[in-house]
Order: sequence, then structure tokens, then C-alpha cells
Amino acid sequence: MKIFILFFLLFFYTSNLFAAESSTKSLPQHEWSFEGITGTFDRGALQRGYQVYSEVCSGCHSMKLLYYRDLIDIGFSEDQVKAIASEFTVIDGPNDEGEMFERDARPADRFVSPYLNDNEARANNNGAYPPDLSVITKAKKDGANYIYNLLLGYKDPPADMEVGEGMYYNIYMAGNQIAMPQPIYDESVDYADGTNNSAEQLAEDLVVFLTWAAEPELEVRKNLGIKVILFFIILGFIIFLAKNRLWREVH
Amino acid sequence: MSGPAEPKKYKNPVLNWIEFRLPIISYFEREYGDYPMPKNCNYFWSFGALATIILVVMIVSGIFLAMNYTPHTDMAFDSVERIMRDVNYGWLLRYIHSNGAAFFFIVIYIHILRGMYYGSYKYPRELNWILGVFIYLLMMATSFLGYTLPWGQMSYWGATVITNLFSAIPIIGEGLKTWLLGDYTVGNATLNRFFALHYVLPFVIFGVVALHVAAVHVHGSNNPAGIDIKSKGDTVTFFPYMLFKDALAVCAFGVLISAVIFFGPNLMAEVDNYIPADPLVTPAHIVPNWYLAPFYAILRAVPDKLGGVLLMFGAIAILFFLPWLDRSKVRSCNYRPMYKWFMMLFFVNFFILGYVGLKPAEGLYLLIARLGLIYYFGFFLIITPFINWIEKPKTLPASISDIYLGMNK
Amino acid sequence: MAEVKNNKRRSFLQLSTISLGAVGTAAFIWPFLKSMNPAEDTLALGSTEVNIADIEEGQGITVKWRGKPVFIRKRTQQEITEAKTVNLEDLKDPAIDDDRVKKDEWLVLVGICTHLGCVPLGQKITDMKGEYNGWYCPCHGSHYDSSGRIRKGPAPTNLAVPPYKFINDTTIKIG
Repeated sequence: MKIFILFFLLFFYTSNLFAAESSTKSLPQHEWSFEGITGTFDRGALQRGYQVYSEVCSGCHSMKLLYYRDLIDIGFSEDQVKAIASEFTVIDGPNDEGEMFERDARPADRFVSPYLNDNEARANNNGAYPPDLSVITKAKKDGANYIYNLLLGYKDPPADMEVGEGMYYNIYMAGNQIAMPQPIYDESVDYADGTNNSAEQLAEDLVVFLTWAAEPELEVRKNLGIKVILFFIILGFIIFLAKNRLWREVH
Repeated sequence: MSGPAEPKKYKNPVLNWIEFRLPIISYFEREYGDYPMPKNCNYFWSFGALATIILVVMIVSGIFLAMNYTPHTDMAFDSVERIMRDVNYGWLLRYIHSNGAAFFFIVIYIHILRGMYYGSYKYPRELNWILGVFIYLLMMATSFLGYTLPWGQMSYWGATVITNLFSAIPIIGEGLKTWLLGDYTVGNATLNRFFALHYVLPFVIFGVVALHVAAVHVHGSNNPAGIDIKSKGDTVTFFPYMLFKDALAVCAFGVLISAVIFFGPNLMAEVDNYIPADPLVTPAHIVPNWYLAPFYAILRAVPDKLGGVLLMFGAIAILFFLPWLDRSKVRSCNYRPMYKWFMMLFFVNFFILGYVGLKPAEGLYLLIARLGLIYYFGFFLIITPFINWIEKPKTLPASISDIYLGMNK
Repeated sequence: MAEVKNNKRRSFLQLSTISLGAVGTAAFIWPFLKSMNPAEDTLALGSTEVNIADIEEGQGITVKWRGKPVFIRKRTQQEITEAKTVNLEDLKDPAIDDDRVKKDEWLVLVGICTHLGCVPLGQKITDMKGEYNGWYCPCHGSHYDSSGRIRKGPAPTNLAVPPYKFINDTTIKIG
């Protein structure tokens, strides 16, 4: 009878592995601090990652689901967040005259997108839409490793391959051609805290930031999870004792 | 109710007052307190209770999610993400609901397979089985509707593909599809009505579950030996014996589902559903929820559109007739040496169908899906009705208590 | 003897199961109830800046702040005097006018009747202003004076003053 359960576990387990298949290179696994049952985000990496996003990615990629106030979670102070937000301009209104007006962004505003709408984004990028990065690590299989490897996966194309116009060769992209030019090089961002700014480090910090952006609840979730599972184990143990005592006289 | 019988007397005056006017206290005592369960029931008999609990949790978490959800094509995706980000414990509610749905199906599949293996669908529990198949159908519909609501790519394209099944029906198909959608494609009208139906169907399920439970209590539960209760010695009361057994099962289940909710909440989700719906771009792999995949495999195994749809619905409809297809008087497969292995093979086959249902429909996968399809229907239409021509069942024990006598010798 | 001991142990185990189960259920319900509180985006809804340069003496405007109406009124000298000279003992919810304003001529109030949440009349010139020359709530007849204090009717407290500050002479920031 136990075999049924095995089937189901197997079914349940394997069914998740299908989508991982693709013709491109399998993903090397990077070690992340947020993995595992007690995983957390490193605040320093998060703040550096935000810097990489704002200096490198935010020219093309929006993060529409985030608010500036969310940055308080990654260790910025309220005043720092106010200062960050005020560098951006949002359109508000209508005012008393019925006109829309521009004002500085506030912590309660969403991240300002680089383009007014999707069509403008496409028009400015050879027709390729730069995807929103708010939940990008959840929207890709093995998202954190995928983004990390993709950022570092730019290579010279093999001799027998013709790369389309406006396209770049990347060993981790499906079809090996990507419309995004290589965004991260060694030293393309200068860290104020003096952290080594190799391309690997920049990519890692960015991915930590993007993972937090997609799953800001991760730390709270894992913390609560341990407690809930412990509760079920303890309750289960007591019930097990009570049940055994009860049933002893039945058989 | 058969007229006002002698009302039961209770020490507590409030209980007495209620009981005299509505004998609900004695009803619960009878059905959930002293209710006799065969004492040889194993943990597979806990999956009914487990499913009921999940149903309640799903309804409750769904109601609280609905308080924050916006069924509009422009806002649905963002409102779900707002639940995950800004609503207090919203991420917990959503992960309970999305993973709860998957676990609901796991539990229900085990419940169904238990019923098949131990012959719980046979006389006198046929109606009970039919109600169960209805619950299963309603669950599939509810799950499909609910999957549309987050309005990601999989939501949109899943809804598109499934509603296009109806266009396979000759003459009225196209009109029926448009009527279901309220639009020419899956649009805002569709999302709104899917939300309305997704909200109400679980309450219908709850009603059918009440009937399902009431029906099983009429003749009592089946048991692993598949023989009738002969005396009081064959049974234990539900409270406290079965309650504690079920509670233990709930705790074990709680550990499992918590592990997924808290440490791998997106394991069972399709990544494409975190991309907002785009009517102009179809994702590379469209797959149904894995728990519906066996039927999806049957659909794709048939090269004809209408034929595929008919066989898929036939694969579910045939379940209704199982009590009459099976001619054997012996309920439990433990006492049916041949059928037992065909039954096991059926389970494996169902699993394989699910596996290929998630794979691209080509080459070897298509061949496997076709073989699986043949066995699925062969099992119901040939093996089940005719196996007792050649099968000799083992001798059944005289009573449930006798099983334990035999063990002690 | 052994039987009694056995039963004691048994009931102890059952009791602890039930109480632990009850604690678990309560803990399970908590997040659900908590989810009904205002979400973070609602709490973060910021401040509103209002230009008051064009308001004439004796007139007021209504602006929206956190979804609530806020009354901004430029009081006349007569209204100010009335507000300042009231005998505190006549008041149901005693408060001096100086504590309710930052500049004498400007009165800023949350325009929600403290009785059951209606919006009092008195903002438009044609509105009834009640017996105390302030606001009058049409729902259950509460009268507020020119400092927004409750003078007559069922409302228990004065109209609330929202947090605000003068950014300059012509701009108020509420919140």
C-alpha cells in the first residue's frame, strides 16, 4: 500500500522538473545566501544590488511592482529613501486647474519606469521588450541561477554561427541569441563601500537584489515555516502517544 | 427525520433546550461520536477527513484573498502581487491557497484510488461513489477557473486552450465557446465570470461533500478486508479512536504541506504565470496543472480534435459506471489475486499518463500516451467486467475480528 | 490500580492534545484576521499639499487626504473672536481655539462628523452652518462652532485636526 504514496511523491517531484528542459547549456549552480531553510539576504549585497540595478539596468528595465518605501526593508534609512525617490519625477494630477503636473517622487510612489508604456519600450529597443524585473527570478525556471549565468554568459559566437543584426551571442539564452547587449563588465559600477567590483560580484549582488524584489517575504516566510513545522511535529508526537494508548486495548 | 422521537435528555439545560427543538446534538453524537468505524481501517481511511479539512481551509483562505483581489484584466496580476507584498500575511494566504489546491488533488487522488483498490464503490455504496465523482468533476472545474485568476501567461493560455475544447463540438461549438467567454477571446468578461464561478463552486462542493458523508454513514465505512460489519466487536467508535487517528494524519500532512508552503511555495507553480498575460505571445510550453495532466495526455493522444475531446470527457464519465462494470462480489483487491495487479498497473498507467501529459506531444511521448490511453479504457471496459471469468478470489475472513484472531495464532 | 494510572495518563495526553490543537487553531486564524487590516500601500499613502493662496476670507475648500475630506477655512475676524471667547464650561469637549489652529485665520479639520461619520454641511456659502456659525451635520443634527468644536447634538467630540504644517504662506502640507 505504501507504494501508492511513493507514486504520488514521485509524480509530484518529477512533474516539477519538466520545464527545466531546454536545448541550451544546463545552468551551473551558484551558492546563494537566501537558499536553504534558514536562508537570509545580506543587506550589504542588497544595497549594492540596488545600485547595480539603478546604474545599469534601470535605463531599460522597469520594476513596476516595487515602491521606493520598499527600500527601507533592505537597510536604507527613511531619509535615504526620500532622497533616492526625490531624484525621480512622476506625473501627478489633475491639479485644481485640471492639469497634470510633474513632481518629485515620494517613498509611497512606485519605481518610475524608464518608458511611458510598453510600445515606447519596444520602439527604443529594436522591437524587443525589456521585461519588467519585479518578479523576474520567479518568472524563470531556477531564476536566480539563470539570471546570474545569463549576465555572465556573453561569449564570442562560434565560427559557424551567424548572429542576427542587433543580437548578441549568449550561451545561456534559449537559441543563444539575445537582444540585450552585455550589461555588466568588470568595474562597470563603483561601490562606495570598496567591495570588489568584478563582473561576477556585480552580477551576484544584482541577483540578490532581484530575488529580494521578487520575494520580499522570504526571510519572514522561512522563519515562520520552521515554527509551524515544529508545532506540527510536537503536536503529532503527543497525538501519536495518545492514539497508541487508546488503540492498545482495541487489537 | 422520522417524526419526533423521544428526545434525548442532557444534563446541560442549554443542550436540552436545543435538542428538544432541533435534535442536532444527538445527530452529531450519533454521526461523529458513537459512529462505528471498522476497526481494521488503515490510514488510507483518513484521507476523507483530510480532504474535508483542506476544503474548509481553501474556502476560508479564498474568501480572505477575494477581499483583496481585483477581477479586471488590467489589475488582476498586480492585485495578486499586491496581496503578496503589501497585504498583512497576504503571501501566506496566497501560498496556502495555491499549494492547498495541489495538495487537495493529491489527497483526493489517494482517496479515489483507495476507494478503487478496496472496492468501496460496490453495493451498497454506489451512490456514494457517484457523488464522489461529481465532487472530483467540480474540483477540476473550480481549479481550472481559479488558475485563470492571477492573469499570468499560463492563466490566459490555459483558459484559451481549455475553452477552445468546446469549439470542437459540431454546429454549436463556436457559439457555445463565445457564450462561455462572453467575448471573442478570453477577455475581461471571461475573467469576471470565472471569478464569480470560482467563488461559488466551492460552496457547491461543500454541499455535495455533505451528501457524500451522509451517504457513507448510512451503511458505514468499507474496510481493507471489504467485508461487512458483523458485530459491535468489529468496530470502534469514531470518537475518540478514529478522531485521534485522523488527527495524527492531519499532523503528518501539516508537516508536508508546510514544507512546501514555507520553503518551496513556487515548486508546483509554472514560472510563466509570473509573467503578466499577453494575448499576442504564447509561452513555449503550455501545460495544464499537473493534477489534470493525465486527461490532457488523453486529449492529445487522439489525432482528431472532436475525438480527443470526447475521449477525454469519456475518461472521466466512465468513472460513473465503475460500480456496474465491476461484476465481482469481492470488494477488496487484497482478496483478488489477479485484479489486484491490473489495479496496480492502472495506477502506474495513470501516473505515466500524467507524466507524458506534461511533455511535448511528439515522438515517444505520443506513443506512450496512446498505449496509456488504450490501457485506461481497456482496464474499465474489458478487464474489470470480464476478469471474474478467470479469477478465483481468495477466501474472505468470516468477520473483521477474525482477522486479528488469525494474526495472534 | 494500574488501570486508574493508565486512565490518568490517557486523559492527560488527550487534554494536552486538545489544548495544543486549540492553540494551533488560534494561531492559524490570526494571519487571516490580520490580513483585513490596512495593507502597507494604504498605510504608506502620503501627504497632500494644498495651495491656499486663492481662498477668500470667510470661505473654505475641501480637499482629500487619505480618502477623507479635509476642510480648510479662512476665518473672518468675527469667527475668530467667537471661537476665542467661548466659555469653556459651555463645551461638551472642552478645547481652546489656540490648540486647534496654527495661524488664527486658518482652520484645518478632518471633515467627518464624530458621531457616525457623515460629512457636515457648511463648506459652501449656501450651506446651513448650524446654530454656532460653523458646521452642521445633516445626518443626526450635530452643530459645530467656528473652531470645529461640538456644541449641540449627538456627536461626542470635536472635529479632528489632522497633522499639517505650513510649508510657506500659501501652501499647507497635510499628513
